[in-house]
Amino acid sequence: MKLRRLRALAVKELLQVVRDPRSLMLALLMPVMQLFLLGYGVNLDIAHVPVCVYDQEGSPFSQGLFKRVQASPYFRIVRSLHDQREIRQAMDNGSCRMALVVPADFSRQVALQRHAAVQAIVDATDDNTATLAAAYANAVVAGFANDVRLDLVERTSGLPLLPAPVAQQSRVWFNEDLESRNFIIPGVVALVLALVGAQLTSLTIAREWERGTMELLVSTPVTPMELLVGKLAPYFAIGLLDGLICLAFAVFWFHVPFRGTLLALLFATSLFLLVVLCVGYFVSVAIPNQIGASQIALFLTIMPISLLSGYAFPIDQMPAAIRLLTYGIYARYYVTILKALFLKGSSLHELWLPVLALAGYAAAMVGLAARAFRKRIG
Amino acid sequence: MNANEITVAATGLTKRFGPLTAVDGLDLAVRRGEIFGLVGPDGAGKTTALRMFAAVMAPDAGRVSVGGVDVVAEPERVRERISYMPQRFGLYEDLTVDENIRFYAELFAVPRRLREQRAARLLAASSMERFRKRLAGQLSGGMKQKLGLACALVHAPSIVLLDEPTTGVDPLSRREFWQILYGLRAEGVTLLISTAYLDEAERCDRLALLHGGRMLYCDTPAALRARMPGALAEFATPAPRQLRDALQGRAGVLGVLLVGNGVHVHLDQAGRLAELERQLRDSGVPCDGARLVPPSIEDLFVALLGGAGTQP
Ligand SMILES: Nc1ncnc2c1ncn2[C@@H]1O[C@H](COP(=O)(O)OP(=O)(O)OP(=O)(O)O)[C@@H](O)[C@H]1O
Ligand SMILES: [Mg+2]
Repeated sequence: MKLRRLRALAVKELLQVVRDPRSLMLALLMPVMQLFLLGYGVNLDIAHVPVCVYDQEGSPFSQGLFKRVQASPYFRIVRSLHDQREIRQAMDNGSCRMALVVPADFSRQVALQRHAAVQAIVDATDDNTATLAAAYANAVVAGFANDVRLDLVERTSGLPLLPAPVAQQSRVWFNEDLESRNFIIPGVVALVLALVGAQLTSLTIAREWERGTMELLVSTPVTPMELLVGKLAPYFAIGLLDGLICLAFAVFWFHVPFRGTLLALLFATSLFLLVVLCVGYFVSVAIPNQIGASQIALFLTIMPISLLSGYAFPIDQMPAAIRLLTYGIYARYYVTILKALFLKGSSLHELWLPVLALAGYAAAMVGLAARAFRKRIG
Repeated sequence: MNANEITVAATGLTKRFGPLTAVDGLDLAVRRGEIFGLVGPDGAGKTTALRMFAAVMAPDAGRVSVGGVDVVAEPERVRERISYMPQRFGLYEDLTVDENIRFYAELFAVPRRLREQRAARLLAASSMERFRKRLAGQLSGGMKQKLGLACALVHAPSIVLLDEPTTGVDPLSRREFWQILYGLRAEGVTLLISTAYLDEAERCDRLALLHGGRMLYCDTPAALRARMPGALAEFATPAPRQLRDALQGRAGVLGVLLVGNGVHVHLDQAGRLAELERQLRDSGVPCDGARLVPPSIEDLFVALLGGAGTQP
């Protein structure tokens, strides 16, 4: 490998990106846009969901429950209703997303230590919000029931009681300390870098074919390895820059804690970028037109990464067969590393397994990409 | 250094595209310091042959060597000493003239001082100095070709392969182009050029006539002209088309070609001329006189190929 050739190729490539508004936008604007889109769009938190209440008992107990619901940041009681039909109406005209129906024997049920049978009716048009609202409502009600029960038991017998199992169970769902965005954003960084990196490099060889510059390039003494390294170098730099931009937005805009070291992040990001850039390059070699290449690159990155990397959908909740599949998704390892760096502040030592896996992928992809290109036409 | 040393050689060179044989058993030997022309109608196989010499396309059969190096076995060694200018513009339109030259110079590791000297000389020789900061995409077709040549020559190759380099270049620039090529020849550079302009073919030291992937003839332009069977007569006339139609198909007329100042008629023997002139007078077709002329390469082509693909 000749350094001069690498530099010439890198400078040329960079000039082309800088002079192409589309590439430039893809390189610098896209990451921020994606981060915002996914950071806000894939938000598993709910807040101030409008709730209607239908109180069939009308007791201090039920009033206490509503106070509790109102006090939580997730719900906002908007109306009090008086029969089942009104619930339907309120849901249909969109004035509420959830209705809580307190049964006439609510106090008695609680006192008897039975399940507090408060009914939560949820508008399921937004599946995500519906599921969450139901879960959070369950938690709020369970918490209330628990407190009331403790109160009752203490007053009647004075015996201390262990926390009821209901309350334990609901803790899984209802964790005030967890903000889902903190879990999502680090993974989004992986998705953004994969998207941008593979997109940019998917164009690099295809562009030469499409514009007729490949024939001349092939007639020079440039080696396939030089071509790979020279062409990917500027995108690598752009990728790292994008990584830092994402980090800055994650920390300063979305207030996601970053507890790891910058060096560890850059190292893992470098490995991940190597894989991603080589995937794009590989596609570019295989498909000699820019539109086709970028579509395939998009498909190869967005699909597996958004579904199987575990950035939003926890891997341990997937069916076993799919879980097995995720081990083949290189982004999985990077997402693991990112989450650990952001939230746990792990060191690279502790992350040796995913780091090693990522490094293996990087080495394999570089080897493949270098071999893929043949200096021949026709 | 031997003046008769063969620098580009092909034996039985063959390239097929499916059922089509684009280059069919080509045998060729180009000497050092020679301007060698590949001439032939569209689809004759010129580009395909040059691509195989330039090591950008692998032959299906036969051997090629360039500068004494086997192209198939050691393509990289060939690439270091040659320069290839493809038929389709192969430079970066989003880079400036200077940036393009610099890019190719760097790929061949040309020292900076040398690069600047050569770039200045080449651009001056093709009247391109004013456009050094212009994007290649904004150059005219002819200027693009001149830039292509400058890029091809910036690393001072000893063998230069040019595929129709003067297509789209205006006559004045074409003169500059050839001046540069003659200058290279004087330095001992070997040039292999394909051209669609038959008047340009006359400027080559030797020519290979390709047709349908086969080489029909290979010789100096003068020797090729001497090979033309029969004789060539030039008729001066104010009505060339009428005259052509009148002569076509007459006994002894092998071919008729409109040229700038009249009509060229290929005769089976020189003796036919007087007889044809008399026939024309009788039929009332205007004719200001006729004389025997030495054939041009174009005439030769028409004579040899029956005009396939070469007539305007
Ligand atoms: N990559 C290819 N795939 C299929 N057929 C090809 C390819 N390249 C050339 N051909 C065919 O091979 C034949 C020779 O083509 P070639 O380009 O070598 O001719 P040429 O003499 O350069 O013609 P022109 O004057 O038009 O440039 C043509 O019939 C062409 O259609
Ligand atoms: Mg051609």
